[in-house]
Amino acid sequence: MNSMKNPRIIGTIAVIILLGLTPLAFAQENYTMRVITVGMCAAIAVYGLNIILGFTGQLNLAQGGFFGIGAYGVGLLTTDYEWTFWAAFVVSVIGTAVIGYLCGLLALRTKDEYFAIFTMAIGFIIFLVISRWESVTHAHSGVNNVKFPEGGGLVDFESPVAMFYLVFAILLVCVYTTYAIRRSSVGRTLLTIRTSEDLADAIGVRVGFSKQLAFAASAVFGGIGGGLYATVVGFIGPDSASIDKTFEFLMFILVGGMGTVAGPLLGSMIVTFLFELFQDFQAYRFIVLGPIIVALVIFAPRGIIGYLGGFVDKRSRRRRVEEARGAEDDRGSADSSNSDEPDYRPERNVAGGAESNASRSGDTTSSEETK
Amino acid sequence: MTLLEIRGLGKRFGGLDAVKDVSLDVEEGLITAVIGPNGAGKSTLFNLVHGFYRPTAGTISFKGEDITHSSPHRTVAGGIARTFQTTNLFDDSTLLENVLAGRIVRSKSNVFDAVFHTPRHRRETCINEDKAVEALEFCGVAEYQHDLASNVPQEVQKRTAVAMALATEPELLLLDEPAGGIPEEETVDFGNLIRSLPQRGVSVLLVEHKMTMIMDLADTILVLDHGQKLALGVPAEIQSDPDVIRAYLGSTAQEEN
Repeated sequence: MNSMKNPRIIGTIAVIILLGLTPLAFAQENYTMRVITVGMCAAIAVYGLNIILGFTGQLNLAQGGFFGIGAYGVGLLTTDYEWTFWAAFVVSVIGTAVIGYLCGLLALRTKDEYFAIFTMAIGFIIFLVISRWESVTHAHSGVNNVKFPEGGGLVDFESPVAMFYLVFAILLVCVYTTYAIRRSSVGRTLLTIRTSEDLADAIGVRVGFSKQLAFAASAVFGGIGGGLYATVVGFIGPDSASIDKTFEFLMFILVGGMGTVAGPLLGSMIVTFLFELFQDFQAYRFIVLGPIIVALVIFAPRGIIGYLGGFVDKRSRRRRVEEARGAEDDRGSADSSNSDEPDYRPERNVAGGAESNASRSGDTTSSEETK
Repeated sequence: MTLLEIRGLGKRFGGLDAVKDVSLDVEEGLITAVIGPNGAGKSTLFNLVHGFYRPTAGTISFKGEDITHSSPHRTVAGGIARTFQTTNLFDDSTLLENVLAGRIVRSKSNVFDAVFHTPRHRRETCINEDKAVEALEFCGVAEYQHDLASNVPQEVQKRTAVAMALATEPELLLLDEPAGGIPEEETVDFGNLIRSLPQRGVSVLLVEHKMTMIMDLADTILVLDHGQKLALGVPAEIQSDPDVIRAYLGSTAQEEN
């Protein structure tokens, strides 16, 4: 399997290991541990955004709302109704999936910018319900003393390190799921929709159905992130469902790289770190962060991972092109195989090309696919 | 055997009849061409057959099954593929990835297969890659499989569009001006590719403007004008049909032939 040598996978694994080791350095600093853990909760929601925005190309601005539903589900069920965390968590995630699916039924009747506006309205309605429905959600007083997950006597989740590893484990599942989707025909289905819905339609992709599933999946990830967030911070207010959350997630994914496996994680961590760094500036921190993001969008529109991945792709593609041509270009047109844009040669030896391709068709698990 | 049967097909846009009362039989193993001036309703006819548009009159049946109101997904799954007039590929993907997209409709594995890497998923991945590479080879562009679609010449793109359509394993292929934008000297090669399709078990319904190519390739020609049938017959009949000459071919075609 040549995919193990893929720089993208090595990079992603390196980031994950680095993150997994952070408790060694910060175990005594509860505040730092908490900031990182909250960042990881956000990253889970961003992985959801990655499915609907990064893969499918639909700008879903309701993600903050779904995050809020997950958070309030866990928050309210564990306090007012005294459920255990795990029961509350599972029910909240299922609830988010159902609400997400129903919202998708309506929202996906619209396209492009109308879809963005429509989902933003959904997000805002969720926020309004949470911040105004006092008898159920306690409105602005929020929810206090959200339960810690029950460790069953084995683990004590009141320790920040244990909580870190719980969120970390779930985050890993999200990263792996993204990777698995990315390289399968499911991911290819979503990518065709992102590139051209008409063409996707023409080759028999069930465009509406696939978008619907992608939307529901993104809501589920949002709910998981929100549910974990509630138990990590212990107190939640209506701002955990606000539009600002949606735009935070959007910033995370833009910085990291849309449609990539490592992007949401890296983006979430970097921007969370920057937020902390500029915390003293309060709302003014965007004066500093704004230009950074503008520069990023101009110079690396595909985010950090997309920017780095560009080099990897180019190199591996050139290698493959050379490999594929090698057999027939022995005669000496080596100069043309170095060019990235090969000129078309009508007198090409079709049989030769077919042979060299057939011999290596076994390892075409394209590494570009796995980004 | 009649593969596709169109009876009294019509499509109105507002007050305009884009296609009106068109009947056509597409025979298995043959190349059927549709010609006509711009705006004659050729592309509309394709969109109707493929399920992009819903007809306002008439019926379409494929292999004896009524597909008049099928969605594109069902039509493609049923065995009808198409290419577009303007070359339509996923530009930021390689040619192989493009053709693999054509395999989606034949893939059964879902997210859970992908996440748990089930045997079905692995088997399907292998089959899909083999079939995609085979389609690229058939269209003579396998050597470009790792190039980005936006980086290859026009003719390679056109051939890849055919390969992508073939990857869906169609029995009928709708080609909308497949040789449009290809230099004259390369259309002969391209014509040979189209001619080889019936041997592969793929019948062809073709829209094309290049008259020499059509006369050379087609077994049956349907001439449309203002959305209606003007003539239907073998190339020799069409060439000598006075209505056709007046309405469409004009003096230029006589020069060509």
